[in-house]
Order: sequence, then C-alpha cells, then structure tokens
Amino acid sequence: MKDKIFRGLLYGACVLVLLLCAAMVYSLVSGSWQAFGQFGFFRFLFSAEWDPTAGKEEYGAWAFVTGTLYTSFLALVLCIPFSLPVALFTGEYFRKTRIASVISSIVDLLAGIPSIVYGLWGFYTLCPLMKSWGLSDQGFGVLTSSIVLAIMIIPYASSLSAEFISMVPNELKEGAYSLGATRLEVIRTVVFPVAGSGIFAGYVLALGRALGETMAVTMLIGNTIQIPRSLGDTGNTMASVIANQFGEASGLKLSSLIAIGLLLFIITAVINFLGKLIMKRQRGK
Amino acid sequence: MTIMENMQDTTQGSPKHCILEFKDVSISYTEGKWAVKSVNAAIKERSITAIMGPSGCGKSTLLRSVNRMHELYPEIKTTGQILLDGKDVLQMNAMEVRRKAGMVFQRPNPFPTMSIYENVLAGYKLNGIKVSKAQKDEIVQKSLQDVGLWDEVKDSLMKRGSFLSGGQQQRLCIARAVALRPRILLMDEPTSALDPIATRKIEDMLLELKKEFTILIVTHNMSQAARISDDSMFMYLGELVEFSDTQTIFTNPRDKRTEEYLSGQFG
Ligand SMILES: Nc1ncnc2c1ncn2[C@@H]1O[C@H](COP(=O)(O)OP(=O)(O)OP(=O)(O)O)[C@@H](O)[C@H]1O
Ligand SMILES: [Mg+2]
Repeated sequence: MKDKIFRGLLYGACVLVLLLCAAMVYSLVSGSWQAFGQFGFFRFLFSAEWDPTAGKEEYGAWAFVTGTLYTSFLALVLCIPFSLPVALFTGEYFRKTRIASVISSIVDLLAGIPSIVYGLWGFYTLCPLMKSWGLSDQGFGVLTSSIVLAIMIIPYASSLSAEFISMVPNELKEGAYSLGATRLEVIRTVVFPVAGSGIFAGYVLALGRALGETMAVTMLIGNTIQIPRSLGDTGNTMASVIANQFGEASGLKLSSLIAIGLLLFIITAVINFLGKLIMKRQRGK
Repeated sequence: MTIMENMQDTTQGSPKHCILEFKDVSISYTEGKWAVKSVNAAIKERSITAIMGPSGCGKSTLLRSVNRMHELYPEIKTTGQILLDGKDVLQMNAMEVRRKAGMVFQRPNPFPTMSIYENVLAGYKLNGIKVSKAQKDEIVQKSLQDVGLWDEVKDSLMKRGSFLSGGQQQRLCIARAVALRPRILLMDEPTSALDPIATRKIEDMLLELKKEFTILIVTHNMSQAARISDDSMFMYLGELVEFSDTQTIFTNPRDKRTEEYLSGQFG
C-alpha cells in the first residue's frame, strides 16, 4: 500500500514536470503569437530592424540571432585549444592519477562560478585590456564576450571529452603501441577517432551552454542593436536583449521579445538534443 | 594420449639459427618482487616456441619484454639482455623494436574506426612509412593471404572490420602485425577468446606462417602447444623451469614441476 502511494507520488511529480515544460512552451508560443502574426515567422527571424517608435513599430530577431551565433561559435573555437589539452591530460596522459583529479576539480570549479562574477571580471579586467590592446574601441563587444564565454564553457567541454577519451579501450591503444606508434600517434590515430563523436558531443553541449548564457554576455557585449561587422564590434544577443528590454516592454514589443525567447529555446533545444543523441550513440558502442 | 599423436616432428633437420636470446632477464613491477627471474633462453628462427605455465607465472611479462610493451607500466624494472638478431632490444629505440617484433593480443583488437584495408596498413600509417598505392594493395593482399583471410574479405576491404567474426578479427590482427614483416611474432594467448573451430584455423595458419616468421606464443592450452610448437618453455613463479623441444617436454620432462603441470595436477 505504502509502495503504491510512493509510486503514485513519483508518477505525479514526473507528470507535473512534463506539464510545466508543456506550459512553458505554450506560454512562449501564445506570447509570441502577436509578433509572428504581425510580421510573419520568416520576416521576423531574418529582419534586423528593431524600431520601437510608436506608430511604426518594427521588430526583427536577426541582429540578436547573429550576435548569439557569433559569440557562441567564437567562444567554442576559442575554448578548444584549452579544453582539449585539459581533456587529454586528465583522460589519457594522467588517467586515474591524483594530478588528473586535482586538475579536473580545479577546472570544474570554473563551472561553479556564477556568471555575474565572470561578467564583473570581464568588465573590470578584460575590457580595459581589450581596449589597450586595440582589439576593441570601447573594450566591449563580440570578442570580449566570446573570450569570457569560452572560459565559462571550458569545464563542460573538457570534462565530457575527458570522459570519452578515458573510455577508449586500453587494448586498442596497446595494439597501436605494439605497431611502433608513439604516444602522439596513438592519440591521433586511435584515441581521437575512437572517442571522436563523444568529444564532438561534448563540444555541442558546451555550445548549447554558450548560446543561452545571459548575464556575463549582457555586461560585455555592448548591447547595440546591429549585426556585428567585426570581432571588435559591439552587438547584442538573444538572451541579452530580453534581459535588457523586457522590463519596460509591452504589447508588440513584449511579444517580439517572447518570440526571441522561443527562438532561443528552439535553437538550444535542438543543439542539446543533437549533443545528447551523438553521446548516447557513442556510449552505446 | 591424443596430444602425442598430433605432435609435430621437430627432431629432424639441421640446428637452426637463433634469432632471439634472453640473457639473464629479470623483470619486476614492484621493488623486490620479480615477475620474471633470471630467464635464459634462445629462440630458433622460423619455429614456434610455446610459453606455458600457471596463471601469474610471468608469461605475459616475459613476452611483452621482447617488444618492450611491458614498459607501458612506467615503474617496471628490467635487467639482463634481450638480443634480437644480436642487438639488445633494451638499448634500442622502443618504436623500432616494436616494428621488428609484432604482437597479437588475447582479445582481437582491430581498430574500429578503420576499414579492413586500413587496419592491415595501420603499422605503416602509424610509423609514417610512405608506400605507393600499388605497394599498399600488394601488402594488404599478401598479409591477408598469409593469414588465410583474403578470400573471405577481398570484396569488403573498405568496410570496417566489426562485422567479422572473432576468429576473422584475430586473423586480421595477425595480418596487421605480419604486414610490417617483423622478425618475430609475439602472441599472448591469441586463441583463448575463440571457439574451437576458429582456434583450429588459426593454429593451422600459424604452422603456415612459421615458414616465414618466428613465433613466440603464450598458451594455456597444452594440446595447442603440443600441436603447433617446436619448442616449449615451462615457467613457474617467474622462473623458466624447463625449456626444450616440445616432444621432450611432453614425454620426458626433466623437472617434477613441469611434469605435474603438464599432467594437470596444478595450474
Ligand atoms: N601491471 C602490473 N602491476 C603489478 N604487477 C603485475 C602487473 N602485471 C602483472 N603483474 C604481476 O607479475 C606477475 C606475472 O604476471 P603475468 O601477467 O606476466 O603472468 P602470466 O603468466 O601472463 O599470467 P596469466 O596466465 O594469468 O596471463 C604476476 O605475479 C602479476 O601479479
Ligand atoms: Mg598473461
């Protein structure tokens, strides 16, 4: 009897979570209805116009979509040269040693830092540096945001990659060593190809994180509504424009912001789904 | 005594040149504990030498010292000399040694991301040895023929090896080792993961390979040793207790421990 009640509660909780998720999607869709209805889905997506002047209101997501994609992919590229060595170090070179666990816990620490702290660090330390190096006029912009984002996603990318690298069977590595391979060659021809899709999935999931990151980016990107033309340019992201503007928004503008939220939700959901899918296939092997 | 009936006649023929020589070889994983103790032995060219002995007696350790694979455990200590063609492998470059001494493992381990063709050529790729397309084709065909796999896979060379049976995968791994034309083939219980039919096929194939290669094989299977080996080693607690031609060791062992092991009293 007790068992039945417990099971009922479990089911209830699960169903509730699913309902919450559905409710969220519903409210996003219904909230964005006005904007999509007014402009049409594709026009809204691909227009970079953002004009709140009463009477000739015109909203489009493209400036924010590009800003989000630029910063996220740039962050992904920037994080590879750091996360991959960390993954190799902890997953292969010093596998199952104390050094490896110390390093991976320090890197994991990065994941625990609140993003507002990253934002502060970027604002007070990185921005002045970027300015003095001449990489950006005001210190803010796409590159500054991407650098901070890259640091933020290193732990996600490296811990997943390390997991898959350390799962490469020892007998395969021994097979390669027995043919006269050096460690580097073993890594290149056996470890990377075998762990490949797992490593890739790790980066896809890290990208998913970068796409939705709000606080730090909002503090660093400059929040100008334009499609960034260069790395030093300021811009805006989907998450940032929502955070910045939803407070005083109403009517069509609010609906447009919600529509941007829906788009962001779809993009990250697809990215995360892909990452999980690749990872599941790799784990299953 | 079916073992005896299957025995190869090794008593005839002129004494063969020795290709590999262990000189007072001792190996320890941990300070003061010898996994291999003062082993002295000379392995004849183009012969099959079996290493037998109970679990943990040091067979794999001794075998892996020949191509220095035992050094993958960094704390390991090796003393003595292991002469391959008169040169001490312990003084040579480990990568060079491993090209000259091919290895086959207990479980088939073809590279899962490579095709059958690429697997056979993996040694060339890993060592950065450049060969023309025609040479590659020739190496692949010859190596696969050597292990009796050519006819079975010649139409699916570009497929991954994962659809092959265990026995076929193991033969692919032997082909991969053979492709580099090593001086010696080291095999650590190569058939212990296979069914009797696949095992028999590999044994027959080893007898063919012997015409070209020297084979050192660890086996738990005494009838296998009797069937295919010319010479046999019996190891116990790290020591090489007895080493002689297979017929003698099976019919007339010198040491009591050998006799007990071979008659199945321990091990
Ligand atoms: N990686 C290792 N670290 C420490 N000791 C080891 C290691 N590998 C083997 N040994 C020890 O060395 C000795 C010889 O081991 P080895 O693997 O050579 O035996 P074996 O004869 O091949 O046994 P089996 O028939 O079970 O394969 C054993 O006492 C074993 O405990
Ligand atoms: Mg062994």
